[in-house]
Amino acid sequence: MVPKKDVLLEIKDLRIEGYSDEKWIEIVHGVDLTLHKGEVLGLIGESGAGKSTIGLASMGFARDGCRISGGTIEFDGMELTTTPQSDLRALRGSRIAYVAQSAAASFNPAHRIIDQHTEAPIQYRIQKRVEAQEDAQELYHRLRLPNPDEIGFRYPHQVSGGQLQRAMTAMAMACRPDLIIFDEPTTALDVTTQIEVLAAIRDIVDQFNTAAIYITHDLAVVAQMADTIKVLLKGEEVEEAPTEQMLDTPQEDYTKSLWAVRSFKRPQKQRPEGVDAIPIVSVQGIDAAYGKTKVLDDVSFDIYPGMTVAVVGESGSGKSTTARCITGLLPPTKGQILYNGEALPARYQDRTKEQLRQAQMIYQMADTALNPKIRISEIIGRPAQFYSGLHGTALKNRVDELLDLIELDPAKFYNRYPPELSGGQKQRVGIARALAADPSFIICDEVTSALDQLVAEGILKLLDRLQEEFNLAYMFITHDLATVRSIADEVVVMQKGKVVEQGPKDQMFTPPHHPYTDLLLSSVPEMDPNWLTTLLEERGTDAIGEAANV
Amino acid sequence: MGDILQLVLKRLGLGVITLFVVSILIFFAVELLPGDIAQAVLGQGATPETVAALREKLGLDQPAIFRYFSWLAGALAGDFGDSLVSGERVSEAISDRFINTLFLATYAAVIAVPVSIVLGIIVALLRNTLFDRVANVATLTSISSPEFFLGYILILYLAVKTNYFPAIASLSADMSFGELLHRTFLPALTLVLVVTAHMMRMTRAAIINLLASPYIEMARLKGVPPWKVIVKHALPNAWAPIINVVALNLAYLITGVVLVEVVFVYPGIGQLLVDAVAKRDFPIVQACCLIFAATFILLNLAADVGAILTNPRLRHPK
Repeated sequence: MVPKKDVLLEIKDLRIEGYSDEKWIEIVHGVDLTLHKGEVLGLIGESGAGKSTIGLASMGFARDGCRISGGTIEFDGMELTTTPQSDLRALRGSRIAYVAQSAAASFNPAHRIIDQHTEAPIQYRIQKRVEAQEDAQELYHRLRLPNPDEIGFRYPHQVSGGQLQRAMTAMAMACRPDLIIFDEPTTALDVTTQIEVLAAIRDIVDQFNTAAIYITHDLAVVAQMADTIKVLLKGEEVEEAPTEQMLDTPQEDYTKSLWAVRSFKRPQKQRPEGVDAIPIVSVQGIDAAYGKTKVLDDVSFDIYPGMTVAVVGESGSGKSTTARCITGLLPPTKGQILYNGEALPARYQDRTKEQLRQAQMIYQMADTALNPKIRISEIIGRPAQFYSGLHGTALKNRVDELLDLIELDPAKFYNRYPPELSGGQKQRVGIARALAADPSFIICDEVTSALDQLVAEGILKLLDRLQEEFNLAYMFITHDLATVRSIADEVVVMQKGKVVEQGPKDQMFTPPHHPYTDLLLSSVPEMDPNWLTTLLEERGTDAIGEAANV
Repeated sequence: MGDILQLVLKRLGLGVITLFVVSILIFFAVELLPGDIAQAVLGQGATPETVAALREKLGLDQPAIFRYFSWLAGALAGDFGDSLVSGERVSEAISDRFINTLFLATYAAVIAVPVSIVLGIIVALLRNTLFDRVANVATLTSISSPEFFLGYILILYLAVKTNYFPAIASLSADMSFGELLHRTFLPALTLVLVVTAHMMRMTRAAIINLLASPYIEMARLKGVPPWKVIVKHALPNAWAPIINVVALNLAYLITGVVLVEVVFVYPGIGQLLVDAVAKRDFPIVQACCLIFAATFILLNLAADVGAILTNPRLRHPK
């Protein structure tokens, strides 16, 4: 619990409007927020809840196409809604700082990290360049960045994502602000890297007694970071309570449903026994390389009909590359892929239409995987036409049937375009497009990682139902172990292009593990607010530093 | 840095191959023109004997492929043969003219490039204001008007009515540099008006395109003032498209000056080309075309290298 201290930020009845279809529409409907000095407030909710918009508004900032239309924002005695732009600007970076979701995109690629760090302190004449640089190095030390004296002189693209995110936290600290807005700072990171960043943020916020608004959609993460949690839904507050109380006894139905999402779990299936049981896909000792860089080293695993094999690992571990080898997009340099016991040609150009039809893909970003200028009916209809030769009414019936399968009303969606759909609906269209080929094997590449938890759960349930109905085999690429728990039958753990461990799910989640599997498993945040503290104590700080620099 | 050198050499090699292909096109396109060169040079009254003699002298009785390679070998050594009309060496006829054209192009570029980039930055900063619209309409008007029209308008208002500048940009060897600049100001200004709009609008578009990037939002949230957001955070990432448009326009300043040179009677390579085409002086036509092609290829190469040098990802590899 935070003792009653001075109020730093007080927002009352905040209303924000967004401009779309040539009119202003209210997107935040009167939210109140009180933040005391040194307090950390967690803002959680699905996308579209208005979390980021409220976070930015507490800096007196509205994105292009948005405006603050009502309410008051009082920061340390200053009313931000009536303050002139130039005075607001003087506040930003110096007294209120911002940490963005993707540090890789939010650092300017044209300038060195340290030059971006020192920009605000030099501009506000708090420090001279040399002092500011020394201070930056000091902060890099505190945030346990590798080579803290040297790392700032690199360009953003020369530094890994987790390190950049810590460098951005350091940058936010440059002028020792009173308040930092953290906008999903770990969402784009691997679980193992996420821990580093979480620990670093929590340390530094404690050390300088900085107040923070921590925006995230991940409950387990916010449980580690926040003193108080506020739940938002569609621009309105659902409820607010101190963290432990919120976790133990959520009051509202919506909060309870968020808490329950991770409970979906389907029974685990066992491999078929006997000599005539052949895997539908068998990856046998494949190596692959991009140019001269070897990215896969002797990868082997089998996928049996009707089963789900989850392939897990951090980014860069070779999960997606393995999928590219199976689909023939990247011919392996060694080894082979068997389909129903028959070797597949390495290149997709050499495969028959029938071989191509059997294996389909669903992508992570439904936004970019669907052509925005083509109607849903055509997106789904094209593979149906290409592989099954359907035309006219037969084709239309098939598309209707597929839309029914993915639980989208054909009458409503047949003639629409992808940009008119929500993220979850787009992903469903992606699934229908894969199903249109009538495959027996589907590669799902991080299909739920861009979606909100409730929507993701819907997609997982749909995939599960389709698997039962059509006896589909899935290769499920993910870095989210909660997804693995709920849907996988077997698990393949990859690290740096190699398979480090594989087996049935129950076995994989029971110790003893391979040390890397152990690291992955223990890095998944849990709802217990003391989880991070306990884990860091168990691992010791040195182990953390090493893991970060892997 | 070694990678960049390798890349430049590779592009240079490709440029040479392109130039070779272009030389084939130029040579045989001229060959395809109807009529007999010797007949055209000597006129209607020539006897078959004199025509045949001239054909032999020019080597026209040899197979085309043979003539192409001897022309190419000469061109590589800087020898483009003799003018059919004056009998002068083509290289000599061209060199002075080409230097004049380069001078005019440089004159125009030195004004146009900084003006259009600075204007582009200002309109990006003041986007959707009155200034932005006025600048856009003005530059669009100048780019939409044919250059001979612009030239005559300038002559009318800055030469004929006010006498500020001479209407004819004739050169002489004993002119001072200041006088030279004064004499050639109107053709240079015409060229500036023609190329500015394109470069300014691309600078504006390239910068505005980046304003939605997360790192621009980050700069704003750090309290960086608007002009600095554009100059320090957007511009360094916008160079690649700007450089490409600048290179295209520089190439235009050299290869597209024909009309402007004719309007101002400026003794550049464009005038020479027009005269040579009218008189069927093919060695000169071929040489001019080859120079234009080489200019285009070199400037595009420079643009590619410039785009690479301004990209920190390529300049500072991992």
